[in-house]
Amino acid sequence: MIKICDNAALDLRRADARKALESYECRILVCAGTGCIASGSQVIADTMRELCKELPNVTVECSGHVPHIGVAQTGCQGLCELGPLVRIEPWHYQYVKVKPEDCAEIVEQSVLQGKPVERLFYRDQKDQLCPKPEDIPFLAKQTRIVLEHCGNIDAVSLDEYIAVGGYEALSKALFQMDPDQVVDEIDRSGLRGRGGGGFKAGTKWKQVAAHKDADVKYVVCNGDEGDPGAFMDGSVMEGDPYKLIEGMTLAGYAVGATEGYIYVRAEYPNSVARLHYAIAQAEEAGLLGDDILGSGVSFHLHVNRGAGAFVCGEGSALTASIEGNRGMPRTKPPRTVDQGLWERPTVLNNVETYANVPDIVLKGSDWFHTIGTENSPGTKTFSVTGSIANTGLIEVPMGTTLREIVYDIGGGIKGGGNFKAVQIGGPSGGCLTKEHLDVGLDFDSVKKYDAIVGSGGLVVMDEHTCMVEVARFFMSFTQRESCGKCSPCRIGTKRMLEILERIVAGKGTMEDLDKLEEIAKFVQKNSLCGLGKSAPLPVISTLKRFREEYKEHITIKKCAAHVCEALKLYKIDQEKCIGCTKCARNCPVDAITGSVKKPHAILVNKCIKCGTCLSGCPVGAVHIE
Amino acid sequence: MLDPSYFAAADGFIARYGKKSSSIIPVLEDIQEEYRYIPRELLTYVADQLGVKESKAYSIATFYKNFSFEPKGKYVIKVCDGTACHVRHSAPILAAIQKELGLDGSKHTSDDMLFTVETVSCLGACGLAPTLTVNDEVHPKMTPEKAIGLIQDLRGDEA
Repeated sequence: MIKICDNAALDLRRADARKALESYECRILVCAGTGCIASGSQVIADTMRELCKELPNVTVECSGHVPHIGVAQTGCQGLCELGPLVRIEPWHYQYVKVKPEDCAEIVEQSVLQGKPVERLFYRDQKDQLCPKPEDIPFLAKQTRIVLEHCGNIDAVSLDEYIAVGGYEALSKALFQMDPDQVVDEIDRSGLRGRGGGGFKAGTKWKQVAAHKDADVKYVVCNGDEGDPGAFMDGSVMEGDPYKLIEGMTLAGYAVGATEGYIYVRAEYPNSVARLHYAIAQAEEAGLLGDDILGSGVSFHLHVNRGAGAFVCGEGSALTASIEGNRGMPRTKPPRTVDQGLWERPTVLNNVETYANVPDIVLKGSDWFHTIGTENSPGTKTFSVTGSIANTGLIEVPMGTTLREIVYDIGGGIKGGGNFKAVQIGGPSGGCLTKEHLDVGLDFDSVKKYDAIVGSGGLVVMDEHTCMVEVARFFMSFTQRESCGKCSPCRIGTKRMLEILERIVAGKGTMEDLDKLEEIAKFVQKNSLCGLGKSAPLPVISTLKRFREEYKEHITIKKCAAHVCEALKLYKIDQEKCIGCTKCARNCPVDAITGSVKKPHAILVNKCIKCGTCLSGCPVGAVHIE
Repeated sequence: MLDPSYFAAADGFIARYGKKSSSIIPVLEDIQEEYRYIPRELLTYVADQLGVKESKAYSIATFYKNFSFEPKGKYVIKVCDGTACHVRHSAPILAAIQKELGLDGSKHTSDDMLFTVETVSCLGACGLAPTLTVNDEVHPKMTPEKAIGLIQDLRGDEA
């Protein structure tokens, strides 16, 4: 790759890259997000390349690592559940659930003739065909800044990133702004950390920039997206790695740091591979490393893989892990901005936060304030999962209501069931219910309801979800992930888990609820780090909003959602039973009584709820109450 | 006594990240990836080479979930039990796999050393829940039946 030595060379490179992009008669954009890869999109991309290789009138070009045969593998196109996703440009056809055997028809019809293959279009709830991405409600109602390029360009092509405006922000900062101006711009933009707490990024940057005499400073990116049910940061790292790299480089310039680290969780091998590749490309092009664009400014970037510890998402644990220690948080102060990585001033933000930076620097803080709410400007990415019709990755302005996300974008509850709650913010968050459907989601509004926006995982739950079991599930997660350093978290989460396990097993008492609340408050108040402080939130919020459900589990041993195994009550329908005796013969504990050709019955006290009778009944007479 | 090739491989990993104490995690990650476990003698060796106390190296190797002192099977199956997979009923999938392989909560690796079964808190493919991975390859929209089929396929490949 030719090195880009200065600003003029960057402009030339951009013009060339644009020309190259425009010269394609047709582009086949195959989604290469983690979801689509899992659905088999790699085979689709390979098949398309193979098919296109034989065509005389399709531009065949090679640039770098990824061959461009008019076929590009993009970042997440969003509709993960309908993958593999394929988009055909310039006609802008969006195909869903593409199978290898569909490829030949796509090439024949769309690539060569520009005609649509209608059976591969998405059909909305009214069974209308949606030929283009903007026809699909899920995609049409989003505002994309962070995910702007995901799905539109080759995820690992530096030239394509440059063609669509990449590195304009860095060149503006390096040649038209001094570092303090960049810090001021970010500060004025009101950009808040997208990783959880919503702390103002500008404040951190200012504090780090103020350490003028530090021998070395660091810019660290938290890509340890550990919240189960969240995959936004992973999608940015694998789908638009250069945006993150440019954002971090801008941070380095602004605060005077020359070294940067990206800490990626071990479960994201795609992200690690693409970041390594993108960093090497950017270095080779002179956009990263020493003397960037001939400006004299240097910034080096390193990738660290996590080794499987949720607590490393906490700032001081993350830096400890990079230093080669156990990932355990420490008491603060000193804060990371004063003594972070290797006890030097450190800017620590998450992936999504840095990915906002290039646009803010380029378009200005006033532009950023036109999106979102007054105190939470900009957009937020959410991963929408659970019992929802359209699962996937979305980006909406801050302040968008839950109703818009669940019903307009998400298409409502899967299978037409009833909305019960949405768990927001992962194991550190809480649940919002029907009454909150019209609350605009931003950092401050959600906090009022004992929940947090967190990193942006939204797990939608319908009436088949037991909230007590959900609380137990999260508590077992945080208990397992507690690093064990401070006793409120180490012992408190364990005791809470024991109580919750008792309740779902039908052995809880009403005193347990008071005890649970008491411990929850104590752990929240006295834990050392964010993990412990937020661990009780799922318990607190479910106790508040679904107290009746807890009570039912305890007093009448009933789980209305039929989830808790120990509380299931197996019954035989006396009308339906034909008295074949199969269940009685199969029952491992002889809990079924009845004689031949007479209706049978289950002895509740003896039944161990193994389900053998249910699965074996020839007439479907056994059911769960 | 460990085969000398292990130490040579460790030297290679150390060279990759530099002979400094902060390299310990990436070096152990590479060893884990290469051998599917961390041989104790190798941990001692790496600690010594990097100037890290053996006790500290041990504390690191036991702190992070991805490190294991027990050899893992050829196929490491990670059943996702993240929130999204959990609400879409991942628990029966894990149970079915464990039953098929004769494993349980304390026994993770099958006797023939073919399979290791673990749970993982999130794989980032929540849109396709419930999921599992076999050696990092994600398998979407699983059911207990599909999971059993997958295991039988893998066994078939071995036969």
